[in-house]
Amino acid sequence: MSVVIAGTGMHPWGKWGRPFAEYGVAAARAALRDAGLEWTDVQFAVGADTIRNGYPGFIAGATFAQALGWTGARIASCYAACASGAQALDIARTRILAGLCDVALVVGADSTPKGFFRPVGGDRPDDPDWLRFRLLGATNPAYFALYARRRMALYGDTSQDFAAVKVKNALAGSLNENARYRRTVTAEEVLASPMVADPLRLMDICATSDGGAAVVLVSEEYARRRGLSTAVRIAAVSTVTPTFPNTVLELPCFATDSTAAAPPPERAFRASIAHAAYEEAGLGPADLSFAEVYDLSTALELDWVEDIGLAPPGEAAKLLRAGDTALGGRVPVNPSGGLASFGEAIPAQAIAQVCELTRQLRGTAGTRQVVNARAGLAANQGLFGHGSAIIAIT
Amino acid sequence: MQPSKRLCHIGSMDTPAIDGWFTVDDDTVHLIGTRCAECRTVCFPPRTGFCPNPRCPGEELVPARLSRRGTVWSYTDARYPPPAPFVAAEPYTPVTLAAVELAEEGIVVLGQVKDLTVDDLHVGMELELTAGPLADGPLVWMWGRPRGPGQTGAGAPASTGGTGGTGGTGGTGGTGGTT
Repeated sequence: MSVVIAGTGMHPWGKWGRPFAEYGVAAARAALRDAGLEWTDVQFAVGADTIRNGYPGFIAGATFAQALGWTGARIASCYAACASGAQALDIARTRILAGLCDVALVVGADSTPKGFFRPVGGDRPDDPDWLRFRLLGATNPAYFALYARRRMALYGDTSQDFAAVKVKNALAGSLNENARYRRTVTAEEVLASPMVADPLRLMDICATSDGGAAVVLVSEEYARRRGLSTAVRIAAVSTVTPTFPNTVLELPCFATDSTAAAPPPERAFRASIAHAAYEEAGLGPADLSFAEVYDLSTALELDWVEDIGLAPPGEAAKLLRAGDTALGGRVPVNPSGGLASFGEAIPAQAIAQVCELTRQLRGTAGTRQVVNARAGLAANQGLFGHGSAIIAIT
Repeated sequence: MQPSKRLCHIGSMDTPAIDGWFTVDDDTVHLIGTRCAECRTVCFPPRTGFCPNPRCPGEELVPARLSRRGTVWSYTDARYPPPAPFVAAEPYTPVTLAAVELAEEGIVVLGQVKDLTVDDLHVGMELELTAGPLADGPLVWMWGRPRGPGQTGAGAPASTGGTGGTGGTGGTGGTGGTT
């Protein structure tokens, strides 16, 4: 028994300056149209909560249900930072698998302020997210930069490698009508953009965006009964948390866990996220046709390529230089254009990744199409220990 | 590098920007963490309540001074003024940050870096804990160049191997010592 992705929809990413619910409703209606279903067919709706720097804002499930028009459908709202979409999807999938409903809608949308994400206002000295700004001035890009610098020191990655990730993703994004940035870029442009957090430059770091994404999930039996396509199915959803001691300095933390009493786990957190998805799907990295990973920075995409097992530690740049992860390569990474082309609309992002998996697996990705796409993985990590990986197959 | 002059700034008159995370005794700065009485797991910032080790039932977390020296795990800077509640100096000079690995505690601790830029840093080099003021006055812990060889804080030497050659480069005045 598996859960079918019957429809997907997106509101284009951008800086539109409208309420997040509008983007969510637009995406939901598009997903329902895509599925050939009506909002009144939906028995269960899950909203991924919009946030500000780690804190839940509106009660998304009810907000979207009301905006679409009250139908009495059951709802849930969930918050897991960047992984909110995956958890929302998992809640919907689980309810279908439990036999409690046949049709579920998952929606995430956000409208973001300009510039660095910053903590909620007011003095909150008990809050690590507030304190890291107050005491250290440690923005999100500062943490991305720590990881990037560490890659350079350990593996010999260069700023040119990081720029090449942006060039690759911008090219893919130029072919995606839902992307915010549609212009191709050159490595020279990336390397000439202002330094933000050494060694990362402005064009190495993803923007913050407005956007909305939605998927319609149905039971296989319902799909057959209604004559819907069962071509794309969810093979795994991983929402794992870290295993103590987590030895990576995670934002917004001041320190890692200590290894004084317990040795580091076999797999670091990001690797464990993908591993759990592979285990659940009964697949491995070699089975992937392509992957969507969370390129908050160019360098972080290279970390993910290793964490999801496409390359051994330290060798992601080698794949990149060989063109293996580009469109048309052996295993394209971020064929959607990734965060480099979208910018982050936090609660929508994991759902947008699933939209791309679905389009690729249906063979309807147009000029971005991965040839003979059979299995795709989307990976993501949310603040405060939220893992997110989804495998879809056809 | 003039340790004595610099340390005058770490006076007891300066208010810490946060209570209980570090101390300044005479001129010596220590991070204050906690150590589980049962399994010895160290936490920073200091923690109350329960040990975070999932296999430890410990509920007694004892305040502990952490090693004063460690090796750079990674580093960066902030070329643009970070947003509030950070208070940026005017004119703004980039804040340097380092994540420093303390060998004995098996922990990496993030902090601002004092008097060094990213051009002075490399992964694996040794740094020592000091303190310095935020732009609006209160004191915060910072990582700085080691002040002479062989000085460690609480517990055993904080670094083992790989950094032995760097210890002597810090205090160019050769005064060493922290008392």
